[in-house]
Amino acid sequence: MTVQDTSRLQGLDLTASQPAARSQTARPVRHLPEQKDWPFWAIFAAQIGILIGAIALWQEGADRGWIDGFFWSRPSAIYATLIKFFTEGDAWTDIAFTFRSTIFGFFLGTSIGSLFGLSFWWSRNYAAVVQPYIICFESLPKLALAPLVILVFGMGLASKVAIATALTLVVSTLTTYAGVKALDSDGEKLFYSLGASRWQVFRKLVVPFCLPWIISVLRVNIGLALTGAIVGEFIASQHGLGRAILYAGNTYDIALVWVAVLVLSTLAVVMYMAVSWLERILRKGIKQ
Amino acid sequence: MLGTMGAAARLHLDHIGMTFKTPAGPFEALAPVTLSIAQGRFISLIGPSGCGKSTIFNIVAGLLQPTSGRVFIDGIDATGTIGRVGYMLQKDLLLPWRTVLDNVILGMEIQGVPLKEARARALPLLRRYGLSGFEYLYPNALSGGMRQRAALLRTLLFDTDVILLDEPFGALDAQTKLHMQEWLLGLWADFGKTVVFVTHDVEEAIYLSDEVYVMRTRPGRIIESIPVRIPRPRQRHATLVPEFIAIKERCLELLTLDPTSFSEAA
Repeated sequence: MTVQDTSRLQGLDLTASQPAARSQTARPVRHLPEQKDWPFWAIFAAQIGILIGAIALWQEGADRGWIDGFFWSRPSAIYATLIKFFTEGDAWTDIAFTFRSTIFGFFLGTSIGSLFGLSFWWSRNYAAVVQPYIICFESLPKLALAPLVILVFGMGLASKVAIATALTLVVSTLTTYAGVKALDSDGEKLFYSLGASRWQVFRKLVVPFCLPWIISVLRVNIGLALTGAIVGEFIASQHGLGRAILYAGNTYDIALVWVAVLVLSTLAVVMYMAVSWLERILRKGIKQ
Repeated sequence: MLGTMGAAARLHLDHIGMTFKTPAGPFEALAPVTLSIAQGRFISLIGPSGCGKSTIFNIVAGLLQPTSGRVFIDGIDATGTIGRVGYMLQKDLLLPWRTVLDNVILGMEIQGVPLKEARARALPLLRRYGLSGFEYLYPNALSGGMRQRAALLRTLLFDTDVILLDEPFGALDAQTKLHMQEWLLGLWADFGKTVVFVTHDVEEAIYLSDEVYVMRTRPGRIIESIPVRIPRPRQRHATLVPEFIAIKERCLELLTLDPTSFSEAA
């Protein structure tokens, strides 16, 4: 009792020794920062405004000589070339060619890679033996091999598909393998305690468990596959948007470079959106 | 003699022991344990962590090959064979991509029962044992108690006579735990399975069981078996009768006087 009393007294002394005025005034009054959300149309209007502003500035700049119209081209010239590209040029052949090599590479790389990653579940020894090779292949700049791929697979579609496949395959393999490694050993224990065969564990546990991992790389892979296809076309090709860009650059047709890049971006966005949609459907299907 | 013992008991463990090789030398996780459980009995194993309860379960379920001894189920040597007993692990391990119904039929499905038939068999049981309305939901929509119910029904529907339950209610809150104990007793009375139950909760062990086995560490072993002769069906106030309290005191005494647990704490 007495001990407590003295400690309380000491405490009182301590507070009394502080200047009372400072503790009253020194503390600034602050409120939680607030941010009001703009309505949807305002955001959209701002986005469109920036785009129009940039194009207008580009056009004006080129017309008034602020930037070199020959190297940078100008929106009006690009628009004219765009119309010509679609009406007189072989826009659709190029788009179809690039689209096809991308899609083939995407599906081949993703499916082979996923199966490869899943296969590591079957044997730890096999996984341990193969792993360094996978890591080697991953760290290797695969695009550096592109000239060799063109030599082996020729100038046509096959070489572009091969490069796109090489780029996507490793990502899918490693991600799926990460899924396999994240598998809870208790889950396997449960299946085996129910008398399951290895094939049953694989089909009913390992594959559904790894599906979210497999799906998560789809969006990355579509971009990689497109990169692979374009690089293949840069090196040697008779068709494709990549070839169109290279050709236009070599002939100083800068407007055409911009047109091809524009079309390519549109293609990329469309494919990205399609894959996102596919991903949503698949995720709904497995209901995580 | 062993043969006759095995035949009389539903589950007979004959001197099963487990020694692991470690870099520091052999480590005896489980000293030879002999145990006979008759058909329809409910027994519990209690003891501190590392006393070999899970090792016994893994051996009986065929997931671990014992370094000595044999496991007999209905007198038949079942050492190292999987799929002979129902085994419910501590985690409920419900597959998130399957509905409750499809989770519950997993055992039948693996055993090759056609899906339609398995579902038809499971549905009335789900409804009868408190999962009505949850049949077509995914496990993430269920509370902890409901998930344990589903996991237990999955174990039961696997349709083996012996089931092993490894701390099934360990992660539940006290209120839910009491409900689940009643639920389990009802289920056990209906199905007449032979149950081996592992728990840390002495009161739970006594309340549920016909016999409580107290275990000790280093090496893991059974030090005493205490029969519980409180008549069934038991009511909650059975936990207050002198016999119950006497057993509880004896169990706590055995558990707290464990000299190795003191040396561990020191």
